[in-house]
Amino acid sequence: MKTDIILAGVGGQGILTIAASIGMAALHHNLYLKQAEVHGMSQRGGAVQSHLRISDRDIASDLIPLGTADLIISVEPMEGLRYLPYLSENGWLITNMNPVKNIPDYPDPDQLIRAIKDISNYILVDADQIASEIGSKKSGNMVVMGAATPFIDIPYSSFEVGVGKIFVRKGEETVKINLEALRRGREYSERMRK
Amino acid sequence: MMLLGDEAVGQGVMDAGLSGIYAYPGTPSTEIMEYIQSSPLTKQSNIRCEWSANEKTALEAALGMSYAGQRTIACMKHVGLNVAADPFINAAITGVNGGLIIVVADDPSMHSSQNEQDSRFFGKFAMVPVLEPSDQQEAYDMAYTGFSLSEKYNIPVLLRLTTRLAHSRSGIKRSPVLKQKKLNLPADPTQFILLPAMARKKYKRLISQQSLFEYESSKSSFNKLIKGKNKNPGIIACGLAYNYLIENFEDHMSPYTVFKISQYPVSRVMMAEFLGLCREMLVLEEGYPLIEESLRGMMDDCRTVHGRMDGYLPRDGELNPDLVADAIGLPSRKIFKVPDIVRDRPPSLCKGCSHADVFSALNEAIEVYGKGRVFSDIGCYTLGAFPPYNAIYTCVDMGASVTMAKGAADAGLVPAVTVIGDSTFTHSGMTGLLDAVNDQSPVTIIISDNSTTAMTGGQKSSATGRLADICSGIGVEKDHIRTIIPLKKYHRENVIVLKEELGYHGVSVIIAQRECIQTAGKKKRAS
Repeated sequence: MKTDIILAGVGGQGILTIAASIGMAALHHNLYLKQAEVHGMSQRGGAVQSHLRISDRDIASDLIPLGTADLIISVEPMEGLRYLPYLSENGWLITNMNPVKNIPDYPDPDQLIRAIKDISNYILVDADQIASEIGSKKSGNMVVMGAATPFIDIPYSSFEVGVGKIFVRKGEETVKINLEALRRGREYSERMRK
Repeated sequence: MMLLGDEAVGQGVMDAGLSGIYAYPGTPSTEIMEYIQSSPLTKQSNIRCEWSANEKTALEAALGMSYAGQRTIACMKHVGLNVAADPFINAAITGVNGGLIIVVADDPSMHSSQNEQDSRFFGKFAMVPVLEPSDQQEAYDMAYTGFSLSEKYNIPVLLRLTTRLAHSRSGIKRSPVLKQKKLNLPADPTQFILLPAMARKKYKRLISQQSLFEYESSKSSFNKLIKGKNKNPGIIACGLAYNYLIENFEDHMSPYTVFKISQYPVSRVMMAEFLGLCREMLVLEEGYPLIEESLRGMMDDCRTVHGRMDGYLPRDGELNPDLVADAIGLPSRKIFKVPDIVRDRPPSLCKGCSHADVFSALNEAIEVYGKGRVFSDIGCYTLGAFPPYNAIYTCVDMGASVTMAKGAADAGLVPAVTVIGDSTFTHSGMTGLLDAVNDQSPVTIIISDNSTTAMTGGQKSSATGRLADICSGIGVEKDHIRTIIPLKKYHRENVIVLKEELGYHGVSVIIAQRECIQTAGKKKRAS
């Protein structure tokens, strides 16, 4: 098995938490893993991305070749589109629909949504809405991750273990709410995929 | 263990009996120190691990620890090695006592830097062995074994990382933890005295060691000659480039003959064997064309060498699997286009950042004098170059804002203004301020003091709370050391202070003091 994932977002949105949680799930499932991160200047509100590679065999490159990613997981709609050249022909774009408008020339959100719908395989999720429904606005990233879990060949229980391990330092309540966000994201995605 | 390349280096040196690490923060090297600071081994073994004022002080302190017989490392980003170049070059001549590894993380593609210089050249310049890992496990193994190499020849060893490896995570297998070395003075009491008569002898020794270093490279398990079915081209793959190469082949098996180079100086024995196997070659280097250039030589007519110098690969920027595939001539895949509506999203100052209030006040105060008078430096505040601020005109190297403003003022650009952060000021701004004071140059130095090294993630700043005393000690007149609080509600008062000092014909320092909102937030969450 091999899943290559591009994670995308804006500095500060928590894509490294998604990467770490999926990574933890992969390790729990005894898989190989490489994960390239962006640190430094871009973390100040700029475009950030992470290459996450999971496989049952040894992985060579830290970077995913163009046109081969199985998934793009994005916590912001424009950022997902930025990395489209990495997506394979049959790959899926899983993206949050809520824009982060911290630049003066941010495009028209309707046009963005249309561009996403032009892709054959996509899941567009209102992660902010779902996160506030469960009373934790900060958990939008876990909703998006949840929406991506049906596309990664790892048992769901391993994802739960991964999220648990990542949030355990922040207390039981935080773990619980993030697991709920994960589950809601997954359910949404499974509904949309049908 | 899942570790970043940086963390793998940290774990490797700790497992090999590290006694102390010295470093100044700089992307992509920062996480080496941070990892060691937070490791349980650090407490158990009492490993010295505080940030230094700059890379030069860091490397000199590490050399001192090596003098005392203990294993130590100095870590920095590539441009940090420019600052530490003096001790670096000379440490190769004194040699070491306890093992000394200088870890330098280069930043090809300038993700977070002002240039993409290749530290392998520095290694060659200093004539020391250079290690360049191709993956996280090699980063660990090189850090672990680097001390033995250093101690075997009494020579500092340069370990060169690049951004992708430094900031990518993978699994690591550890080796047994070794004991730290005891305090032990150099056997030769003159070893570290570089008086000309002694330095000449030591330099001859360094020259005579070169063939031994090459011999080490030919024996090194990090260098490999892998024979392939296809004779041409033969491929030389340095460091990380090796992984980009094998990514392109089924089961990671190259059909071409590959010379994987991860330890320098390049073994000429291995190179001769490689050259005997192919007529044409492709050189893959994550950085400058160091090997390619030496293969071509001045005559450039031996045989066909491809790489960064003939357009097979771009002359600048980092490599990736696609560029390598293209250079070998593999067919390109069909890829989706980025939709036209996608816009660039450059980094920007955080909402509520103190630097933003400094720039608003400065822009208003300086308006009457016109544009082009503000010299700035390396840090978050460099983002003041972008809209809506458009407030600064230079960013060159650590501390240059002070000295460039002084030079411009000497040329008649009065007032000339500096905007520098607190950590950058103590790194390399203080000596320039002394120059300005001695010359009574008409400069206004704004220290935008957020009490941390913010850009790299909020490390301890060297002189938090002591900046006014330092400036006064350097000789700035007390009346012209002003402290303001950069907040919107004090905007008008701050503009008045700035205007007063801009009108003063001498050195003034304005300390704009408000804690970084990121570190303040972190502290709040932790409590």
